[in-house]
Amino acid sequence: MSSRDAILQRLRNRTGGELTAPECDFSVLDRPDWSTAERLDMFERTIESVHGEVHRTTESGWIDRLAEILQSRGAQTLLIAKEHEIGQALRSATKNREDLPQLLVYDEPIESWQEALFNEVDAGITSTRGGIAETGSLILWPTADEPRLMSLVPPIHIAVLKASELYTTFHDAMQSQNWAAGMPTNALLVSGPSKTADIEQTLAYGVHGPKELIVLVIE
Amino acid sequence: MSETAHGSSHHSAHHIDVKEFHPRARAAIHNPQVRQNFRKAMDGLMSKRKSAFEGWDLETLRDLGANIRMRALASLPDLLEQLEQKLTENGITVHWAADGDEACRIVRDICVARDAKTAIKGKSMVSEEMELNHYLEEQGIEALESDLGEYIVQLAEETPSHIIMPAIHKNTGEISQLLHDKTGTDLSNDVEYLTANARLQLREKFRNADVGISGVNFAVAETGTLCLVENEGNGRMTTTVPPCHIAVTGIEKVVPKLEDVTALLALLTRSATGQHITTYFNMISSPRKANELDGPEEVHVVLVDNGRSTIYQDDELLDTLRCIRCGACMNHCPVYTRVGGHTYGTTYPGPIGKILMPHMVGLDEGRHLPTASSLCGACGEVCPVKIPIPDLLVRLRQESVDGDKLHPAKVRGHGAKRSGVEAMIWKGWSWMHARPGLYRLGTSLGARFRKLQPGKVGAWTQYRTAPKLAPKTLHERMKERGQ
Repeated sequence: MSSRDAILQRLRNRTGGELTAPECDFSVLDRPDWSTAERLDMFERTIESVHGEVHRTTESGWIDRLAEILQSRGAQTLLIAKEHEIGQALRSATKNREDLPQLLVYDEPIESWQEALFNEVDAGITSTRGGIAETGSLILWPTADEPRLMSLVPPIHIAVLKASELYTTFHDAMQSQNWAAGMPTNALLVSGPSKTADIEQTLAYGVHGPKELIVLVIE
Repeated sequence: MSETAHGSSHHSAHHIDVKEFHPRARAAIHNPQVRQNFRKAMDGLMSKRKSAFEGWDLETLRDLGANIRMRALASLPDLLEQLEQKLTENGITVHWAADGDEACRIVRDICVARDAKTAIKGKSMVSEEMELNHYLEEQGIEALESDLGEYIVQLAEETPSHIIMPAIHKNTGEISQLLHDKTGTDLSNDVEYLTANARLQLREKFRNADVGISGVNFAVAETGTLCLVENEGNGRMTTTVPPCHIAVTGIEKVVPKLEDVTALLALLTRSATGQHITTYFNMISSPRKANELDGPEEVHVVLVDNGRSTIYQDDELLDTLRCIRCGACMNHCPVYTRVGGHTYGTTYPGPIGKILMPHMVGLDEGRHLPTASSLCGACGEVCPVKIPIPDLLVRLRQESVDGDKLHPAKVRGHGAKRSGVEAMIWKGWSWMHARPGLYRLGTSLGARFRKLQPGKVGAWTQYRTAPKLAPKTLHERMKERGQ
């Protein structure tokens, strides 16, 4: 018999007999109905407590803010998606301004430019599928257009979050967006820059992933 | 060499004698460095956990956690089949392994089929159970740990001393010396510098690894999703950069609903490190799709039994399988805090190790594990899924002396601590207590000749004074008072 069948058979023919499943009441996860402003305050407080940086901006002002942030870090290159409106907006913006870094478009399979991604990209900018106020988390939903490594390999990750898409809890977000109906290749909650406390519980940021996480909140 | 013979030899080569708990405990207790490192870390983890649950109805949340895990276990075989079907539909290949050796061979076969020479690993306690790193190295495949703590432990050629913080037994100075000796970094107590160097070294490894190997925190049956909880980003690197990802997981990690992970995640990170959430919660449901530009082209899941389906048979022992591996029980354990993780000599140390490992190594090998506890109850009180750890310790103690007719022993290696003399003494004790005349005679003789009682009673008087009978029996004193 295969190990699969042997394992399943042993589990099915349990000597203790059949087990009854208890009810699961998720209401302990419920939170009061916060307003968008309250959610944003909570999100900002929580993500900043783990070294995330939040900039509140607007539909018309975010590119200016982004340019300032990247200039202050001396970033030379910014990785963008090909089709997404964020990438589109940045590409048309560079036509008439010079304060943005060089834009790199992620439009080739990783195999053809892996070394450059690891060594030559200073920052990556992605969209989000909303955020979670309680835990200060961004929901990332990578796609063919916005690949997985954009938010992982460059030392600076910039995420664009619409304030109207902030949920109170993880449970709210998952139920409201009906995740169970179909999950993408990879979905993520990101709550701050990469960190470790493996050396004597001393926090250090940027161990394997981004050293900085910057959130542009569009209000 | 045959496969089975090979499997057993690779396990015996790195064998630590679990039975030698007491000598190791004595050595650890007299090692001020070990004492200090653990005390400091555990105090920190306990207070962080406490503040992370402020404002929560923790009892109700723990009830929910326990119920979610029990609901999953109640239909475990069906859920595993559903998980297999969903993962397969999603393009992920599912393998089943009866034990650690078979799981190792499955991983090797995947590597060989891809002609893989290097594997980068994310943190996985199941792979520690399998002793996968040693096995792969024997097969000529480099297996490098990428979680910073695991990387340190691997460089030191040690095993993790804590399931969440593998290198917690070392302080910064010791780690600095180790990294200096092994990787040539400067001696420094600057944790940022040490971390930055590890980042540099490991980034190259991520880029060039043929295979990424990770564990799984929760496997969701309804969507076929593998969930990984981490802070460093090495888990994301491991599961995204190499062209092939192999996830190894115990069969008990499956939950029916995606919704279930919200409550378990809330409990896990707060219980483990006092974080509201970890930096990354990584949910993987498929390999790279045709139009996607990154991610592994192949994803495999190895479902490992390794004794779990045997634990599953018994209603009481079953609770062991609820565990979500947060480590809170060890953080709060007065024994673990004093002797440290290596003393146990087992993959999982501390209270969870004491109730889980006897099933994996046998109660004969693990005979001292259930008694390495004061039964203070802290582990049971903090467990996020309410595993009655103290009750299970008592059950295993009973099993190790073979219980009685009402409590038939079941665990492999049971009865290893049963002594004929001790059994006879208890039998005599119960016989005498059932006969009042004889009982009075016995106790009054005992009281008269109390001076003859031995001052040393085996292991008991190693750390305690011997019990002494009172000069007068209770019956005699009652009589004197005229009652």
